[in-house]
Amino acid sequence: MSDTVLAIDNARKRFGQVTALDGASFELRKGELLALLGPNGAGKTTLIRAIAGRVRLDAGQIRVFGRALDGRSTPPELGIVPQDVAIYPLLTARENLQVFGTLHGLSGQALATQVDWALERSGLADRAHESVKQFSGGMRRRLNIACGILHRPRIVLLDEPTVGVDPQSRDRIYDVLGELAQSGVSLLLTTHHLEEAEARCSRTVIIDHGRVIASGTLSELVEQTVGRHRIVTLRLDAPLDGDGAALRASNDAISIDESDSRIVRARMGDVASDLPPLLQQIRLSGRAVDDVEVRGPSLQSVFIHLTGRELRE
Amino acid sequence: MRTLLRVGFINLRRDRVAQALTFALPIVFFSIFATVFGGQQNASTSRIRVAVVDEDHTEFSARLVEGLRGEKGLRVRTTADETDKTPPLVRSGDVPVAIVIPHGLGGSFAQRGFAPGGPAIQLLSDVSDRIAPQMVLGLIQKVVMTTAPDLMMQGGLRQFEQYAGAMTPQQKAAVDDWLPRLKARGQGSQAAGSNAASNAGLGVSVDVVDVMRTKSNQQSLISFYAAGIGVMFLLFSSVGGAGGALLDEAEAGTLERLLSTNIGMTGVLIGKWIFLAIVGCVQLTVMFVWGRLAFGLPLFSHLPGFGVMTVATGAAAAALGLVLATLARTRAQLQGFSTIFILTMSALGGSMFPRFLMSETMQKVGLLTFNAWALDGYLKVFWREAPIWQLWPQLLVLGTATMVFLAIARLLARRWETT
Repeated sequence: MSDTVLAIDNARKRFGQVTALDGASFELRKGELLALLGPNGAGKTTLIRAIAGRVRLDAGQIRVFGRALDGRSTPPELGIVPQDVAIYPLLTARENLQVFGTLHGLSGQALATQVDWALERSGLADRAHESVKQFSGGMRRRLNIACGILHRPRIVLLDEPTVGVDPQSRDRIYDVLGELAQSGVSLLLTTHHLEEAEARCSRTVIIDHGRVIASGTLSELVEQTVGRHRIVTLRLDAPLDGDGAALRASNDAISIDESDSRIVRARMGDVASDLPPLLQQIRLSGRAVDDVEVRGPSLQSVFIHLTGRELRE
Repeated sequence: MRTLLRVGFINLRRDRVAQALTFALPIVFFSIFATVFGGQQNASTSRIRVAVVDEDHTEFSARLVEGLRGEKGLRVRTTADETDKTPPLVRSGDVPVAIVIPHGLGGSFAQRGFAPGGPAIQLLSDVSDRIAPQMVLGLIQKVVMTTAPDLMMQGGLRQFEQYAGAMTPQQKAAVDDWLPRLKARGQGSQAAGSNAASNAGLGVSVDVVDVMRTKSNQQSLISFYAAGIGVMFLLFSSVGGAGGALLDEAEAGTLERLLSTNIGMTGVLIGKWIFLAIVGCVQLTVMFVWGRLAFGLPLFSHLPGFGVMTVATGAAAAALGLVLATLARTRAQLQGFSTIFILTMSALGGSMFPRFLMSETMQKVGLLTFNAWALDGYLKVFWREAPIWQLWPQLLVLGTATMVFLAIARLLARRWETT
């Protein structure tokens, strides 16, 4: 595809007996904000480090703007935002930005302009001359990101950029990332916050056991996996007789929660027509319904469907 | 209480650095000190090197030289009549002591015995070694008494006759009969390598001349301690700084970030090395300036030599710090290992006590350490008043060490690069 800026093709990497990447392949397109999701140990960070030239692949290829990487150095088009807050705590925000800007090749007026831009965009302009050690966790995260985008890279890799950040800082971070994407910068981020990926990212790649198991927009992923069904969850006042065997036997789309038999789940294509018969069935069994929840298809349900696991920090 | 004890023992059992610092470090230091000082008991390795110049060329002086040669505690090197070359021998550190037997000493002795006023033996000494001159002084007296008792007796009798009147013919005959036996006894005692100390209340005149300097003894000692302590703490700060520069940055993630910029690992290491070297030079300079202000250390009259040695020492210490930091996996590992390493080097290399107090074997072992070469350079500048060009062995070793250390650090730092 002509607007592909980063292509990962059949990436493989082993660390001793552990397979970190097992043929992962996907693309990042110009101006998109792509979420890379996966459970812990799925290979996300290895993949990010391989793209950054910090991990040499055993097999496969990574191309940046059509150019194959040698696996030894970071391509100049890349900006890296590591998972750790990798800034100097005794330096001020401005000094940190000046250091990393200079090391990325900026100097003179261009450096001054970019430092001011980064301070303003990260909301730290009024704290520019304060030592970073006095900053809150959210402010440090914002500065961490600012140091990675200061030199205006065309591709930005962000490894868990919002972990441990308060909601306000998280919104501000995504606002900046959204602006970058709109200006044509391509962003690849790993995150554990599915709702963020769902709300803020244009596409999602799900990786597990070192392989890409699904990719696309939210609607594409839903169609590929759980489909358009709604999940209806009912909480009863008491457990059903025989652990609800009769109820389950009547409809294979109905299931009883293994840990709490008062909870009944049903997958419904049309809630308006499918829910009333179920409620009637429960009433006839002598149980009352305390609560009803209807949930549409989400990245969470897609993720659980694909990996069999919840995504936790 | 039992629970707390259990937690304490589990932590200690699983913390190898703590185990090393608690149990291994004291043993290592005990062994080093025992080896260094225990070596002093071995006479074969602690003989004092002495240069002897015989300007007198009399029987007395010849017997004195032979007597000194026979002393087990001395390693005598004669330098003929080259009296002018003797002070430089001491000054350069080739020998800690030189003995000059002046012209006329033998004649004066024959005439006057121990009476004052005659020429005195000159003991040219390096006061950096405070023990050797005192030992040699005592040995000279002993050798005079044991190798030339007949000559001393002759001188004494002449003095006796001068003040008490001439001896009778019978007395003279008795003395003439006794003197050869006295001479034989003296030669015999030397041949047997007698260790019997002289019990004479009298002695030959000896002038101790400090050829090393014109300043006070105290000032010279201060330059030794400034260099010794300065180099030891330079190593500590270089290792600490290098650990902060690499291990802490690796842990914090800033090293990873630096490596994703244009600078690369070689650039990171060179940048850190230059910074550490500058800090090290400033640290040494502060130490010596304080020595000048508080203790009168003659810094400003030795600035060129001080400057050259400080740059070479600071650069090498910084490179060594980088090696240790790249070798260690964690900060705790670096701290434990470097403490043992630096204190050991400092003990062997003369930072804690002068190498000239050690046995010859330990002095040679000390040359394997960084401290010894740095301290030798500073001592040449401040004690031996050596011109800068004479610092070339120290500068060559420190310069080569710097290059080797940097190369090793670069190799070891590959673990932070692409995996």
